[in-house]
Amino acid sequence: MEKFDTLTGIAAPMPMINIDTDMIIPKQFLKTIKREGLGVNLFDEMRYDDNGNEIPDFVLNKPQYRDAEILVAGDNFGCGSSREHAPWAIKDFGIRCVIAPSFADIFYNNCFKNGILPIALPQEQVDVLMKDAEKGANARMTIDLEAQTVTTSDGETFSFEIDSFKKHCLMNGLDDIGLTMEKAASIESFEASASQSRPWV
Amino acid sequence: MSPKTLYDKIWDAHVAHEADDGTCLLYIDRHLVHEVTSPQAFEGLRMTGRTVRAPDKTIAVPDHNVPTTLDRANAATMTEDSRIQVEALDKNAKDFGIHYYPVSDVRQGIVHIVGPEQGWTLPGMTVVCGDSHTATHGAFGALAHGIGTSEVEHVLATQTLIQKKSKNMKVEITGKLRPGVTAKDITLSVIGATGTAGGTGYVIEYCGEAIRDLSMEGRMTVCNMAIEGGARAGLIAPDEKTFEYCKGRPHAPKGAQWEAAMDWWKTLYSDDDAHWDKVITLKGEDIAPVVTWGTSPEDVLPITAKVPAPEDFKGGKSGAAKRSLEYMGLTPGTPLSEVAIDTVFIGSCTNGRIEDLRAAAAILKGKKIAVKRAMVVPGSGLVRAQAEEEGLAEIFKEAGFEWRLAGCSMCLAMNPDQLAPGERCAATSNRNFEGRQGRGGRTHLMSPAMAAAAAITGHLTDVREMM
Ligand code: SF4
Repeated sequence: MEKFDTLTGIAAPMPMINIDTDMIIPKQFLKTIKREGLGVNLFDEMRYDDNGNEIPDFVLNKPQYRDAEILVAGDNFGCGSSREHAPWAIKDFGIRCVIAPSFADIFYNNCFKNGILPIALPQEQVDVLMKDAEKGANARMTIDLEAQTVTTSDGETFSFEIDSFKKHCLMNGLDDIGLTMEKAASIESFEASASQSRPWV
Repeated sequence: MSPKTLYDKIWDAHVAHEADDGTCLLYIDRHLVHEVTSPQAFEGLRMTGRTVRAPDKTIAVPDHNVPTTLDRANAATMTEDSRIQVEALDKNAKDFGIHYYPVSDVRQGIVHIVGPEQGWTLPGMTVVCGDSHTATHGAFGALAHGIGTSEVEHVLATQTLIQKKSKNMKVEITGKLRPGVTAKDITLSVIGATGTAGGTGYVIEYCGEAIRDLSMEGRMTVCNMAIEGGARAGLIAPDEKTFEYCKGRPHAPKGAQWEAAMDWWKTLYSDDDAHWDKVITLKGEDIAPVVTWGTSPEDVLPITAKVPAPEDFKGGKSGAAKRSLEYMGLTPGTPLSEVAIDTVFIGSCTNGRIEDLRAAAAILKGKKIAVKRAMVVPGSGLVRAQAEEEGLAEIFKEAGFEWRLAGCSMCLAMNPDQLAPGERCAATSNRNFEGRQGRGGRTHLMSPAMAAAAAITGHLTDVREMM
């Protein structure tokens, strides 16, 4: 998995609340059996019209946001379907960090498995970041995962919380499965005792 | 011993490893797999030379992207990409030696209906699936999480899930439901009260007399939509109804093992003085038959209400309501019961069980539909067979419904079962998101009885007027 330490980049503002995973990647793109190549279809139904042409008003179609690496969004981002195609599409587009007042649980977890940093901050702070993002391509935000800070283009800094284990894995690009397999002995002893206490399982 | 919730008890029985920071490896008893969120996980195993740790605890069934038309046995009816996904699942099930119900098997159906039906889902278990509606299995007092594809791969390889414990939330529905009010109205009303993020960070336990009174089918409907309220899982403590449902199922324990299981299952309830981080109480008597008017499951109102205006809401919700109303093509102040419906969809893991079909058929008996199209997609081949045996299929067909084969179908509209732009649907599924049932499609969520009523009148209808 790709490591995440610091990122300075363009942030795209999406002030909608409840951006669900059906919006992030509509189901017609779930037919793939690969993880790659979904970036062109990120936010497909908002991004393209019925003929497949770009809708110029949509934020990621605007020239100043085409290279956005950060997304600033409204409350409850990533709700709905568990599809990991959502973070795959976000990542494939080039976005490495999403900032919102809150995230839906499964989406939040899925981000970490794909080298994306989701940052939850209080609404007032997200409002400040949203304003900063609205300034366009010259306003670059900086994320420092080690220090757990987001800094606006004006130098205003906010601290965010993150689970220490998730931070560690993201900073070092660690593969969860490999880490868990190091604890194989614990799993084996659990299985041995469970086969006694709950043999019907 | 300190008092525990049901969630605490199941959690404690499944921790295989706990790190200093509280990150746990939770052992997984049942892993359900379907064709859409698993191919990349199996590909990951192959690439790293890993195997499935517990193939006997892993069950696969294609459901999301399979055709539900009667001619699906003919492979030519499948689109190329559906076929690729189904074939990938066939191959993965075979290569890794996991239990499998192919499309041709009468037991095939929506994964969350097949699991309980076959006795894979049992009280006190941990159950995961790469699908957010895994919460359904919580109806058995099983801790059931929806997971992403990377986690599917993690569970395949290690039979564990990396988790931190959630908080405990109690949702109590007191008293009795009024006639015409169903499990779907309970679960939608709870989301209406808490919002779609109200359960974020929590595992919900549903309790109270109205929940106790529900059948297992109804309890599955309630837990199914816990995820729509943002919760990590929904739970209902097992009781005699649960044990009765499980007994004799193909994969339920038998004989002495059944007795041993029952001894443990009977301890699976929240202790009286257990600690709750959040409590919500609704009165059963206050719940009305409801419908959704917007594009979020929290946009719920009694059928007797009017379409709201954006100004009725505060903050970000006001803008969201404006967008929803535009998308839904609704004018504030219109009585909901005057909203005309084009299409009716009865099915999904929320309401595709036998009881749901019975409830709809009871309303439809001897009547004809007044909508452009209506379809019933039973949740499994066995539900379908039972409905045929009970004469329900005839009632649906005579009323003008299409009688389909089992699958997810128009719940997520991956296959050709889709709404056209602007087409308005009364649906028994669980998501009314923009485009969920087809680009530009407009979805109103409701109970099977309410969907049947709408089919007959051609507009949203208070089912109590037809009872
Ligand atoms: S019926 Fe709908 S909600 Fe249920 S598993 Fe299928 S797609 Fe998901």
